[in-house]
This record gives sequence, structure tokens and C-alpha cells, in this order.
Amino acid sequence: MLTFTIRRLLLAIPTLLFISLVIFLLVDFAPGSPMSQIPLTVPPEVRLKIIEAMGANEPIFVRYLLWLKQFFYVEPLVLIDSIFGSSYSQGMQRIVSWQSRSPVMDIIVERMPQTLTVVGSAYVIGVIIAVPIGIYSAYRQYSWFDQLGTFIAMIGFSVPTFFTGVVLILVFSVNLGWFPSIYNTSLKVTDWDSFMLQVKQMAMPVAVLALYNASQISRYMRSSMLDNLAQDYVRTARAKGMSERVVVLKHVLRNSLIPVVTVIALGIPTIFGGAIITEQVFKVNGLGALLINAIQGSDLPMVQTLTFIFAVLIVMFNLIADVLYGMLDPRIRYD
Amino acid sequence: MKLKTALLGAAATLAFAPAAFAERGADGNVKVLYSQAVSIMNAYLSSGTKDVEVGSLVLEPLAGFDQDGNVIPRLVTEIPSVENGGISEDLTTITWKITPGLVWSDGTPFTSADAVFSYQYCTDPAGGCAQAARYEGIEKVEAIDELTVKITWTAPKPNPFTAFVGGTSPILQAAQFANCLGAAAPTCTEQNFKPIGTGPFMVTDFKVNDVVELAANPNYRDPAKPAFATMTVKGGGDAAGAARAVMETGEFDYAWNTQINPELQVQMEKGGKGQFVSAFGTLVERIEMNLTNPSPDLPEGERSTAAHPHPFLSDLRVRKALSMAIDRALLVEVGYGNAGQPTCNLVPAPATFASPNTDCIAQDMDGAKALLDEAGWTVGANGIREKDGKPLKILYQTSVNAVRQDFQALIKGWWNELGVDVELKSIDGGVYFGGDPGSPDTFQKFYADVEMYANNFDGTDPEPYLAQYLCDKAPSPANGWQGENVNRFCDPAYDALVAELAATRDMDKRGEIAIRLNEMLTKDSYVIVPLVHRGRLSAHSTTLGGVVLNTWDSELWNASDWFRIK
Repeated sequence: MLTFTIRRLLLAIPTLLFISLVIFLLVDFAPGSPMSQIPLTVPPEVRLKIIEAMGANEPIFVRYLLWLKQFFYVEPLVLIDSIFGSSYSQGMQRIVSWQSRSPVMDIIVERMPQTLTVVGSAYVIGVIIAVPIGIYSAYRQYSWFDQLGTFIAMIGFSVPTFFTGVVLILVFSVNLGWFPSIYNTSLKVTDWDSFMLQVKQMAMPVAVLALYNASQISRYMRSSMLDNLAQDYVRTARAKGMSERVVVLKHVLRNSLIPVVTVIALGIPTIFGGAIITEQVFKVNGLGALLINAIQGSDLPMVQTLTFIFAVLIVMFNLIADVLYGMLDPRIRYD
Repeated sequence: MKLKTALLGAAATLAFAPAAFAERGADGNVKVLYSQAVSIMNAYLSSGTKDVEVGSLVLEPLAGFDQDGNVIPRLVTEIPSVENGGISEDLTTITWKITPGLVWSDGTPFTSADAVFSYQYCTDPAGGCAQAARYEGIEKVEAIDELTVKITWTAPKPNPFTAFVGGTSPILQAAQFANCLGAAAPTCTEQNFKPIGTGPFMVTDFKVNDVVELAANPNYRDPAKPAFATMTVKGGGDAAGAARAVMETGEFDYAWNTQINPELQVQMEKGGKGQFVSAFGTLVERIEMNLTNPSPDLPEGERSTAAHPHPFLSDLRVRKALSMAIDRALLVEVGYGNAGQPTCNLVPAPATFASPNTDCIAQDMDGAKALLDEAGWTVGANGIREKDGKPLKILYQTSVNAVRQDFQALIKGWWNELGVDVELKSIDGGVYFGGDPGSPDTFQKFYADVEMYANNFDGTDPEPYLAQYLCDKAPSPANGWQGENVNRFCDPAYDALVAELAATRDMDKRGEIAIRLNEMLTKDSYVIVPLVHRGRLSAHSTTLGGVVLNTWDSELWNASDWFRIK
């Protein structure tokens, strides 16, 4: 297992380098220019100066190599400096956003907490809801509970979040006035009252995202349970006189969880990616909103860095999922 | 009756409330929502309206503009003029006298050196200053003494209110930005996010593209202002969501640029928690006619250039007929409601420079048809007009935008009725306005017969705006497809008149010339077909008092006068 992990990690390096190049080229060749953000009242000579100051008119390979150096050399040094208080990165040029002229990494770090709290808790809640629903739906297949579960999952899966989000705002903010429609990122949880405010402002975005996640995972859980319930070992367990509780929760559930755990692990990078639409609707302004904003503004350094970080996370969690798989099912061996 | 009582009530609160609550910080927190989040507080490094406006809460210019476009003093004792000796007789210098005793929010004195520094900061060639146009034509800026700034122009300047006037050319604190000149400008993150200013507020927390937390400036020049102790400027979402937060849920006190369709405006106003305010600047949605041939049959480099005149749009009668077929009042009703007015002018304001022309307002379909008949375009077999065997077929492009697509559809309907075959094209704004010379879809390249967009001019003087239509400002391969004379309009008489405008100092005379220039482009030639004079639409809560919408300067220009209606 260890050699497998090391081999995979080594293999990830050229993969990621290739991904970074592809992303860079894609982002660069995509139509749109940071110039479109400059109002027409600014004369052409001034526009040209602005673009020059951004470094946006350098040849593409120069910008790519510079980005590689900044991402793999300068930014880690900055991280080391901020942890140990050293000054290795003094005077080095960091990756700077074209929109705000400030270091991209600082903005990402600033955005991380709200994305992790909102999108992360939506994911956890989604999983907590989905697993029991999936189990019971499969155990009582075609019962009214199963039908209802299927119906809700279908709604959660097919109705887009920009619709459910706005519906929730209209019902709970505009008409009932229970929850705020706008997420306050400056809120600091210090006491019970501010904690309740935090819960209130998280309620709607988390509900929207949790519904979506739960509907997805509950379907996986259900089908995986159904596969296992029909197996011979289940009949054997029952024939041995074991209680239904033990049969379902011990024998069947454990075996059914293997593929579901993989799906859950593979979904974790999407938490970091944020929820572009939901974040925009509730103005959570996390990583998803950051990305879409940067795309709209043709802020290439920001788009490039963010997408590359997502790529790293996806490669990493794929590896983690593979390793987990081997640990959960002793029959699977990679060596 | 209801409206009358409401107006009376509003008038009464306006009259009495400021006097009753005139104490700094007495009204707690005010929440402002910008649907485009703020990226930076330094207007010199961003041309985005949202950044300039929120930045103006902290950084101030020497003078600003009021809601009518008049120059008003901010950090100076009076507005210089030829009469008071502030502007030299030959119009080559302007001298500003800074208010004595003025201090920055950190308590240090504000001096003329700060103004000189701001000029150096923005004109440094390596800095990429977004507002460099404000400082064009300056020979030098000097500090005569601690409180006197003198600007010398290279040539007589009839409108000297560009440098240090308006939210786009604020004064930076020399001490804070000393190490941020030139190429170092973008590296000064702390300074750009938390500048020290003279404005009513100062930044306490800045989260990029998310939220700006501000607190009242303890050293603000008016001890009774601002009434609010803190201000929160949240960003993100869209115009409809922003309007809803003020008009329906009441979570926010002020929402910027809530440009939503008229139907939704009426619906939201029923919420009763807020009201929309609109004001008109110089923004005009228009159709531009291509006077050169955009045909894809021509070789690249000759398409849409002066080498090939347009096969039919070079005929004035065709252009005029296309304009006559449009019902501008209906366009306003569909797209903008209270935030738009039909117009026939490229320069719709200020009053001195606006032509009284209203010829185009009434739709005249029959007249338009007659005009095309007269021009030799007869209706062919399938209802499309033809001349010499060529059909009258137009490619009509604009950017992707709900209102613009509605306009395209309506105008296509009218032109079809006229017997014109219309093909519509919509291009992503990032590409259309991106100015990339490699892309065939920029508005400057204009590979279409007609195109639609909106443009305005900065400040109150239309001279640079009208000068965009000089012969040599036409985008072409020679200048990398830059320039805003997208029509490739070229009239020696127009060029001569622009030169005359630049040399004219008398305001009334300048107004006359500007009106003449505007009419040469619109009423006389129909090269530009103005459609809608677009206003700014914002929303504020019924409990927020003192809001005066201003389109000539930052929208938050008088935030120091805002107060809570109790």
C-alpha cells in the first residue's frame, strides 16, 4: 500500500504540471479581456498603460513560467515566512490579482472560512440525512417512504439551486422575515446571540446545498444497499437466525458503504470549489463567488490559481479514495 | 392624495431631521449594498465605478460636482474662477486654496504637498494609473505654499476642472503612499485597501470583493458629521437581489445601481420598505451605423475600413429611414421605466451642451417607407427591399444583456415592417468591450452593419467625447483597432469645428458649438442613432434620509449628510 501511494504521488507531479499548462492555455485563449472592465470613458492610451502595468501583454510562455515560479517557489516561501516569521520571500513578486492588485493567496485564505462553514456543513448535513434515508428506502423498497424519498431526491437533483435559493428567499426572508437573505461575512461568533445569528444566516444556503447533496448521496446509498440485500450471504445470515437489525446494519450496511465512501470522498474537493450559484444567490462571497467574479472580470492570475488548486485537490482526493477503498475492503490490494 | 401626503412627509423630515440629530455617530450603522463588490479603495488603480465610489467615502478630491453638475468645494475655500483670480486670464493656470486647519483621519495636516504627490502618483509612466486622463495637458503642479496648489497647463484650458475635481481624481496622503510610486503601486496592498483620507469615513476592515467596514472619521472637517458611526458596504449578487434587500426584506439601507426591469420595479415598490431614486447623467444607449463595408468577402485588413464605403448605409436616406422606424418611447417602457427617457442626442446633458432636438421621438413608419422608396429601394418578392438586385440586409450586433436583446427584437420587428432583412447577433460583453485586436467581435472592429451599446462622458464637459469622432480616431488595422469613432465618420467640417471648440473659452459659445457637433452626428447625418437617455437607478430604505442621487460625481458623494429617519 505504501509503495502504491508513493508511486501515485510521484505520478501526480507530471499530471499536475500538465494540468496547469492546459488550464493556463485554456484560460488565456478564452475570449474576453481585462480591458472590458475598463469603462469606455478611459482613453485608449491610458488603457494600454493599465494593461502594461498588469503585465498582461507579456508573451504567454513568459507569463506561464512566471506563474510556475510564483506558485511553486514564491508562495511556499511566503507560507514559511508567515509560519516561522522568517524573511526568505522578501522582495519577491507574488501572484497578484488584476482586479484588486493584491496577492491571490491572501484573498483565497480570506475566503476559505465562509466556504468551509457553509458548503462544508451543507455537505456533512447532506451525508447525515442521505445515509439513513438510503438504508431505509432500500430495506423497504417501493414502500411509501421509498417513493417519497425518490420524489424528494428527484426534486433536489433536478431543480437548480438558483431556483430553490430564490424561492427560499422569497418565502423565508421576504414574506416571513425569519432569515436574512444576505450572508454577513464580518459576523464574529463570540456569544450565544451571535451564534444564533450565524445559524440563522447559514440556514437557507445550507438547506439549499444539503438538499442537493443529500439527494445525490441517498440514491447511491440506496442502490448499493439493494445490490447487497440480494446477496447470498444475507440469506445465510438470516438463516443463522440473526436479528434483522444485525443483518441490515452490520452485514449489509458495511458492505454497501464501500462505494458510497468513495463517492463521498470524491465529493470533498467540490466543497473547496465552493458553490458558485448558491454563494452568489446568498452573497456568501466564498471561493465559488471569487472564481465566478474573476472569470467575469478576466482576472487571469486568480482564475488560473484557483482552478489549479481545485485540480490539486481532485487529484489528491482521488488518491485518498483509492487508499480508503483498499482499507475498507481487504480483498482489494494494489501491490 | 397618498403621494401628496408622502411627499409632504418626506419634505418635513428633510427639513427638520438634520437639525434634530446633528451629532456625529448618533445614528449607528448604515448598510450599503453594491451588486458589484469592491476590489480596491484607490481610484487610481481601478476604473471600476464601484471602486471609485466606495473609495470616495475615504479619499476626497479638492472639489467635486453636485447633483446639477456644478463644481462645489470640498477641501478648498472656494472654487477658482477668472473673476476671483484663481484662474489666470489666459486660462493656462489654476490656483487652489486649501482650507486652513484641514487634517487627515490620522490627525496629520493636509497640505499642498499631498496634492502634488497625487499628481506625481497618477502620472508616473510605470504606475498604470486608471485616471491618467484627468491629468492630461498639465505642464506642472506646484505647491506655492503649504495651502496653495498651482496647476499650469501646456495650453489654455477652457475646462480646468479635471485634475483634483470629482471622485476619479482624489488626493492621496503623500506620507502613506511615499513608497508606492510607479511600478510599486500595486504592491502596496495595505495602502490600497486602507488609505488614509479626509472623507467622512475611514476603513476599519477590507475584504476583497466582499465587504468593506468603515467607521466615522474622528477628524472629519464638519464636527457634526457624519451622522452614522459605522458603515458597511457589502458586495456581490445581482441587481435584482440588491433591490430586494432594500425594497422587500429591508436588510439594507441603500442599494447601488438596481437596474431591473420596470415590471419588477413596480412590484418591489409595493414592499413599502424603500424607494427607487433615479437621476440622469450623460449615458446614452445608441445604434451606431457602420459607414464602411463589413462584408466578409473583403480581405482581412480591408473589412470595415475607410477603403470600402458601405454599400447602402453610406446613403443618408437609408440611415434616416432606419431611425424613423424606431419607437423610442416603447423601448423605454419595455427596458428602463423611470430610469430612461427617449432621446435624439448623443450629448443629452448638461443643459448648456444639450441640443433641443426631438425630431426622432415620434415613430414615422410611413415616412420611413417613403424615404426608402425615394432612395430607390423597392419592395421585392419576399417583402425585402432591393436595389440593383441587392437585398437590404442588415447584421445588427450588441452585447449579451437582457434589455439589449429585447431592444434587438423590437427594432428587428420595426425594420422588418420597413422591408429590411435583419440578422441579430449578441456577443459576450467581455469580448465585445474587450478591445482585443485579434478578435473579430469587438465593438471597435465593427464587423457588422449596425451595432448597439451605451456610452457616456466623464464629468460635465463633452469636448473629449465629441473629439472621439475625428477622422483620425477611426479604428483601423493601422492603430490596432483602437479608438471610438466606430462609425469611421469623417467630415472635415466636423474636425474643424472640434478644433474651434478646443480654442473657445466662452461657455455659451462652447455650448453652441457642442450642440452643433452633436447635431452633425445625429440629426443631420444619422450616423449615430440615439435611443434612450439612461439614468441611474438606485434604491434606498424609507428610514435613510439625506440621499441625493448624483450622476456627475460619486453616487456616495454626500454620504456625510445621510441620517436615520426616526
